[in-house]
Amino acid sequence: MKVIGGIRLPHKKAAAEVPTSEIPLPKRLTVPMLMSMGKPCTPAVKKGDRVTVGMRIGDPVQEGLCVPVHSPASGTAEDITDFRLADGNTCKAVVIRTDGLQETFHGIRPPVIQNREDFIRAVRESGCTGLGGAGFPTYAKLSFDSKKTPVDTLIINGAECEPYIVSDYREFMENGSDILFGIRTVMDKLEIGRCIIGIEDNKPAAISLMKKIIGSDKSIAVKALPSRYPQGAEKVLILSLTGRIVKEGELPAHCGVIVMNASTVGFLGRYFKNGMPLVQRRITLDGNCVNNPGNFFVPLGTCVSDLMGLCGAEGYEEAFYGGPMMGVSLYDIRQPVTKLNNGITFFKKIHSVQTTACIRCGRCVRACPVKLMPLDLESAYDKKDTKELKRLKAGLCINCGCCTYVCPAGRRLAEKNQLAKQMLAKL
Amino acid sequence: MNVSPSPHMHDNISTSKIMLQVIIALMPACIAGGIIFGPTAVFDLALCVASCVLCEYICRRLMKKSNTVSDLSAVVTGLLLGANLPVGIDPLCCVIGSVAAIAVAKQLFGGIGQNFANPAIFGRIVLTVSFASQMTTWREPFYYKKGVDAVTAATPLITKNAAYSDLFLGTTGGCIGETCAAALILGGVYLAAVKIITLHAPAAFIGTTALLTLLAGGDPVYAVLSGGLLLGAFFMATDYSTAPITGKGKLLFGAGCGLITFAIRQWGSYPEGVSFSILFMNLLTPYIDRLCVLKPIGAKEERQ
Ligand code: SF4
Ligand code: SF4
Repeated sequence: MKVIGGIRLPHKKAAAEVPTSEIPLPKRLTVPMLMSMGKPCTPAVKKGDRVTVGMRIGDPVQEGLCVPVHSPASGTAEDITDFRLADGNTCKAVVIRTDGLQETFHGIRPPVIQNREDFIRAVRESGCTGLGGAGFPTYAKLSFDSKKTPVDTLIINGAECEPYIVSDYREFMENGSDILFGIRTVMDKLEIGRCIIGIEDNKPAAISLMKKIIGSDKSIAVKALPSRYPQGAEKVLILSLTGRIVKEGELPAHCGVIVMNASTVGFLGRYFKNGMPLVQRRITLDGNCVNNPGNFFVPLGTCVSDLMGLCGAEGYEEAFYGGPMMGVSLYDIRQPVTKLNNGITFFKKIHSVQTTACIRCGRCVRACPVKLMPLDLESAYDKKDTKELKRLKAGLCINCGCCTYVCPAGRRLAEKNQLAKQMLAKL
Repeated sequence: MNVSPSPHMHDNISTSKIMLQVIIALMPACIAGGIIFGPTAVFDLALCVASCVLCEYICRRLMKKSNTVSDLSAVVTGLLLGANLPVGIDPLCCVIGSVAAIAVAKQLFGGIGQNFANPAIFGRIVLTVSFASQMTTWREPFYYKKGVDAVTAATPLITKNAAYSDLFLGTTGGCIGETCAAALILGGVYLAAVKIITLHAPAAFIGTTALLTLLAGGDPVYAVLSGGLLLGAFFMATDYSTAPITGKGKLLFGAGCGLITFAIRQWGSYPEGVSFSILFMNLLTPYIDRLCVLKPIGAKEERQ
């Protein structure tokens, strides 16, 4: 197995053995029309319309990446509002006043799949996006061109290397057979010969359970990965499991691989059986100021403020979508849970790090899983030297944050790299 | 509500914590120096540390820059400079060496991380050049107990007849912090164990010197244990600012140091070449860094 750079992190997976529970249905849900990478949907309901669970409330636009949005609850579309996304852009959001009946939409039935096209259409119709955090629409990932980029390996990402977050682990423990069904369907419909499930070796229970569920099927392997952050980063995972390298500007399919997150494939497994689109997801609520860490099935659009009581977040100063390494700060505690969030982390600052001069200790270089030179990238960015940034391959940075994490001078290296990438993109 | 870019966690390491580890790692050698060469040695070390810190403070004040005294790097420089001086040297030399190290070699180039020459080495070389006789007057171990005013001794590099045990324990003539091989190895291994340094440069430095000495018909163990080799290899060839960043670069750097040290010891007029070799390789560091860039995973073409 290839060795990555990366770092050792405290795992802090306190919620690992807490079974997932339902939350009391919130009175109001704010469902944004964009909950993935790509373009926002157009609202398919008007103010005052009645909605039911699984009913389509956002129609995808024709051009570009886009997946439909469905109602997580039954009730009334109370309002169509403007919604500010984390990156500063806006989209529409449907505000639903729930009625507590949770009546299922009459059109819900398992998808009928005859061929590859049906399959891709069904996956798109499910509203599925990568549930690991990046939120790449799943149908787009699966519609690779098998002539140009033949795919021979399906990788299931169960690394879950972020501290605190355990939602994929719970998917393995509670929905292992859904995962297997999802894997089999994908392999069958896309004619992929083998599957490797990669799980970090700090989750031995999930590894042995999956081995048991898979049984004697030789085409699906479970592999234990070293628990080293960022093991779950797509490129790192591919390298670890297959030794293949995704070149700059290329997709995993170019080296014959498709990577799906464990929760994503588990969801697809259920969807193929019952046809219920993506309207809720499992998230972990934890953090360094949380009294009762836990896992919950949360309807999309639930405000984070409605969740705080469930885990007893006390005196938090920051909250992030996702884990503390790559998580995005919430600017408002009333922001909703979307398809992208595998957890919400509540944080109290433990130590403040002062930024001082780089001492050239080389820690950032040793920590970078892509073998970049973060200290050189930073000074090139500060000089606005785009030529040097390109030479140093700023574009390959996966924003894992390892460099910032280890820097004794408290330099915000990962952040600078993001800015550098934006600068290069504008050229 | 706070909003900040990721990552939201930090290793909780800082420059001052790193420097503190280096200071801890230097303690065995300093204590050994204190035992072997007496209170004057302790005084010399303390004087160097105090002058370095004060000089750093004044420089930063004069340049109207944030004060970096608390990062403890000046303390490390002071200890290293003191360790590189013979006991009983004129206190004025300690002060001059410190000023050369901090004001000229470090702050003139912008302070920590920016300097191209190792400050302590630069200070030592300034003193070697300007106070040659002071810098080569060595005392016998435990001279202070013998009551005689000054018992001079030659270093093992000149006599070439010290016992291994004396070299190992440091009971020979030499600079305050360089004689006790046991203490230096202990410190070096500690620094590597707590991941402050990697062993690339020390291993290449020591290995090259030993190998070349062996090839030239000398005694490699003697060459490694005597003189300032271990002090230089573990504590000065591993300096962050003035040595290459990548492992490959560090190996090259160490090998270069070993080669030059051997050449000076073998053919030079000066018996010890460790300081000069490190200073020379410091000058080459930017070029080595250019030569040894990493190839990012997934890069399509080689970086030039
Ligand atoms: S980790 Fe920080 S101090 Fe060390 S080389 Fe990188 S940027 Fe400089
Ligand atoms: S430079 Fe990018 S890829 Fe490398 S450690 Fe930093 S954030 Fe991660």
